[in-house]
Amino acid sequence: MTHHLTPPISIEEAKKLQTGDKVLITGTIYTARDAAHARLMNEKEIPFDIEGSVIYYVGPTPARNGEVIGAAGPTSSYRMDELAVPLMEKGLRMMIGKGDRSETFREKMIENHAVYLIATGGAGALLASKIKKRTLIKYEELGPEAIYKLEVENFPCFVAYDVHGNNIFKRSHS
Amino acid sequence: MREIDLSEVTEKIKETLIRINHELDDSLVTAFNRAKDKEKDDLSRSILDDIIQNQDIARKGSAPLCQDTGMVVVFAEIGSDLFYEGNLDEAINKGVSEAYTDGYLRKSVVNDPFDRINTKDNTPAIIHHKIVDGSQLKLNLASKGAGSENMSKVVMLKPSDGIEGVKQLVLDTIFDAGGKPCPPLIVGVGIGGNLEKSALIAKEAVLRDLDDESDNETIRAMERDLYEAINRLGVGPMGVGGETTCLAVKINTFPMHIASLPVAINIQCHSSRHEVIVL
Repeated sequence: MTHHLTPPISIEEAKKLQTGDKVLITGTIYTARDAAHARLMNEKEIPFDIEGSVIYYVGPTPARNGEVIGAAGPTSSYRMDELAVPLMEKGLRMMIGKGDRSETFREKMIENHAVYLIATGGAGALLASKIKKRTLIKYEELGPEAIYKLEVENFPCFVAYDVHGNNIFKRSHS
Repeated sequence: MREIDLSEVTEKIKETLIRINHELDDSLVTAFNRAKDKEKDDLSRSILDDIIQNQDIARKGSAPLCQDTGMVVVFAEIGSDLFYEGNLDEAINKGVSEAYTDGYLRKSVVNDPFDRINTKDNTPAIIHHKIVDGSQLKLNLASKGAGSENMSKVVMLKPSDGIEGVKQLVLDTIFDAGGKPCPPLIVGVGIGGNLEKSALIAKEAVLRDLDDESDNETIRAMERDLYEAINRLGVGPMGVGGETTCLAVKINTFPMHIASLPVAINIQCHSSRHEVIVL
């Protein structure tokens, strides 16, 4: 099944997503990976509206002249597990990355009605073509790890962990 | 004695790094298409389709294949009858610096394990030197991403663990890595030598041509068996399950101590960016 979603994402919308479903996101998502997550831990306020928001784990290549962004595929999500918990508690609804995450984290996600999506790793040029606008939000000094607001159109993802406890990485291993 | 100008090395390194970050080898693209035809599951096919579309878009030049444009690894074979004035490593690093700066590639190298300050031009490259006969300079270079490198390992097995012990270790490593190293993978295995030698030959194995098979009958059989066994693990493209977990297994070996059986497993993601330069 394919879902067309526009953030912010409500808990009701999140509940409709099933592991393995395709999701096409149109609208606003935010970038943050290792260094930005570490910094957000020490912030009193999150520098964007976190309720129902979507964070994309990405550190793009520099944009060529006339391009919005360089290659922009997902990075491995497991490194953000511990740092993402306080963000989910504040209202973060979706994370986009690649690869599996810890069981502890998956349980925390279910408690917080959060969904983990994966985008195709290594498809940096394809995913960049779905990003239409990029605005700096914070931590410019972190270079590719800065927080950016991205406007995306039909950004393709798959539901990896849904709020019902299903796991895409266990589909055929059992 | 033959003389070369090191500015040629810099220029060639720069041009090659920019190109391999935008264009995958045809043999790899053929392997993706073959894998897609074999997959029965919609989700697994859809991911392989993204990978195929991605390399088409990257080839046009607007953005590299992957945002992780890697740390550069070079195996330099220097002919003993070759002469050049200056420092080869400096010439290579200058090429890396220019490629990553002028070519809009990501600078992913930090200076120190704990300070972690970006060196801002993706240098230094990791350079391995070998003096060989002849008057050529051969540079086998790769842009190696960290997602797959982080899932690689060296294990010191016991000689009695034998072929089955090595195979089990490879299978466990690939299964445990799951989707993190961006399968479908190319798996390089180094068996023998010592701690660092096994890792070096595993890296050289990963850089072999996709259709290259070992000359040694036992090793060739291991490469084929492991290819089949890894694809039976069901990890699948990006870990979502399916028939295609690896595209190739390459094993390199080296003599070792009577008490040792070192095994290194170097994992390469589907975006295998490498080329051999001969000057």
